[in-house]
Amino acid sequence: MTKPRVAFFSFTSCEGCQLVVLTIEEQLLELVNLIDIVSFREAMSEKSEDYDIAFVEGSITTTSEIERIKKIRETAKTVIALGACATIGGINCLKNQFEMKKVKEIVYGEMADNFDTIPARPIEAVIKVDYWIQGCPIDKDEFIEVTKAILLGKKPRIPDYPVCVECQMKENVCLFEKGIVCMGPVTRAGCKAICPTYNDGCVGCRGLIDDPNLSSHKNLLSEHGLTVDEAISQYMLFGGNSKEKYE
Amino acid sequence: MHDLNVDINHITRVEGHGNIVIDVKGGKIRELRMDIIESPRFFEAMALGRTYKEVAQITSRICGICAVTHTTTSIKAIESVLGFEPSIQTIRLRKLLLNAEFIQSHILHVYFLTAPDFFRVGSVFGMVKDNKDDVLRGMRLKSLANDLCALVGGRHIHPITLKVGCFSKSPELKDIAAFKKRIVESRSDIDVTVKFFKDLKTPEFERETEYISLTSPDEYALYGGSIKSSDHNGETAPVDYLDRIKEFIVPHSTAKHAKSNRNSYMVGALARFNNNYEQLHPKAKAAAEEMGLKHPCYNPYMNNIAQVVETVHCFEDSINLIDDLISDGLSDEKVELLPEKGRGVGATEAPRGTLYHEHKMDDNGKITYANYVIPTAQNLANIENDLRSLIPQVLNKKKEEIILDIEMLVRAYDPCISCSSHLMKVKFVNE
Repeated sequence: MTKPRVAFFSFTSCEGCQLVVLTIEEQLLELVNLIDIVSFREAMSEKSEDYDIAFVEGSITTTSEIERIKKIRETAKTVIALGACATIGGINCLKNQFEMKKVKEIVYGEMADNFDTIPARPIEAVIKVDYWIQGCPIDKDEFIEVTKAILLGKKPRIPDYPVCVECQMKENVCLFEKGIVCMGPVTRAGCKAICPTYNDGCVGCRGLIDDPNLSSHKNLLSEHGLTVDEAISQYMLFGGNSKEKYE
Repeated sequence: MHDLNVDINHITRVEGHGNIVIDVKGGKIRELRMDIIESPRFFEAMALGRTYKEVAQITSRICGICAVTHTTTSIKAIESVLGFEPSIQTIRLRKLLLNAEFIQSHILHVYFLTAPDFFRVGSVFGMVKDNKDDVLRGMRLKSLANDLCALVGGRHIHPITLKVGCFSKSPELKDIAAFKKRIVESRSDIDVTVKFFKDLKTPEFERETEYISLTSPDEYALYGGSIKSSDHNGETAPVDYLDRIKEFIVPHSTAKHAKSNRNSYMVGALARFNNNYEQLHPKAKAAAEEMGLKHPCYNPYMNNIAQVVETVHCFEDSINLIDDLISDGLSDEKVELLPEKGRGVGATEAPRGTLYHEHKMDDNGKITYANYVIPTAQNLANIENDLRSLIPQVLNKKKEEIILDIEMLVRAYDPCISCSSHLMKVKFVNE
């Protein structure tokens, strides 16, 4: 049986999620035995236009990226969105609150016209996506779980409950009790509540759960002194692509 | 061969997307560019309207490899606006975290991104067959650095505890002490690393340029210092960085270029080595000597070796920092910082060179202006100048060898292209 051919691509991103893949270290060497990594620009010189499985990191933010991602969808049987930029748009969507002309002027001044940019969006805005690995950055164990499931032809086990569940299971003191604002109640678990564990409020980098209790969460934020604008600003940090949900 | 047409599309084993285009006809270079085709990120716009407490979380996302440096530099810019000096404990923890990022980044670069070239394989995966021990050693060292980042920062990529004022949670003293043991035990891996890189044949090439880095009277400057150039004796305070660094836009690059005294300059490990050699840990100096890195050095290919030297330095410096933390004790801190209107600049050495973050904020602590000057962007003009000098010297070689020389030169700079686009396709044009 031939090994599945796997490729990694990055679009507009910090390449942190691919770096997480490189950190699985010894398991990476085992993984390399089960699959053929045919394209991984950050780590390998070899390239290939022929692959079955494509991991895609990054958002779509230029017209040329639209063409590139469509070509990847035509070539691969399976496309996995890797990390917040690819799954929900992530930090890149902060740019969208400006008009594209204005944002180019802010950064590039008179040379603004040289640069091509469109509002940032997750890859599913352009192509059909088969699997999503959330987070900014992704969680190493979740990457392994999803990859194994794909190779075995099973459905990966991704939580559809909020970060609060994982946080309570770790017996953390709720951050709201410490006066710290947290997006945990509406954000998808799977990160083991890492940020609240380190005393930092969840920022929602893994996206909303399927049926988030936004009205209760908004009330909670309001009780902790956030104005409506401040609350929306919190949701927009990583979730800028879904603005309509918060208003 | 007097004609050359090289077009490297999406140069591999660098962070981010670049193309190198070179067109030589009749021995004359008609075209030479490193096209930065990384999509422009627009971080300097994205920061606007965000608060002084969260902006470092945003700039962290400029880069996965140097997330700690970006976070630290944004924090320092904010603290500079507020005129705030963090505690000695906080500074020690930040330096330790920065050391860990340096070790992680340099090891990733020398073992995973450049070593394959010396073995004429396409990637570290290709090295496993004949050099498995070396690959495993690189992975162990990277893992050690990642774990140190996680211990102090919560995680390496986009650190969690690193905040304006103080850490959101301090590590436990017993965990720090246990980690020291691990670092000490890993010294043998570092020693073998030095021998491993000593045996790799670095290409010979020299072009003296201006070298810029931070400098400090107290230590080998990474966390902070004044701006120093090899071209003159004076130093510049970070807040005046624009007096020293001139950024300009070029049409073929979404990353800006920069110049200072000459029409290009170099930042990064070799620049720091040249400017601040005396302050390196003795073990690091010994490693430099063992690997044949002389002070000063004008061979950009030796930037890789300078990174190994800095890895040795950061290793030993981390042990000293941990000893200081153990002897003075560690406690959870809480700092409440109120916003103030003003302008501040943070300057930190990233693994790839000096990084500047400038922020202006209003009375409510909202960011009104942001400017980020990235190490790799500062190196781009120098890379092109090096290539211009290199090409005539290697024109007589076989084409594949020329391409490798070019790629290895670009890789030696350890470019971090995603960072540099706020903003190398080697295109040999044969006719």
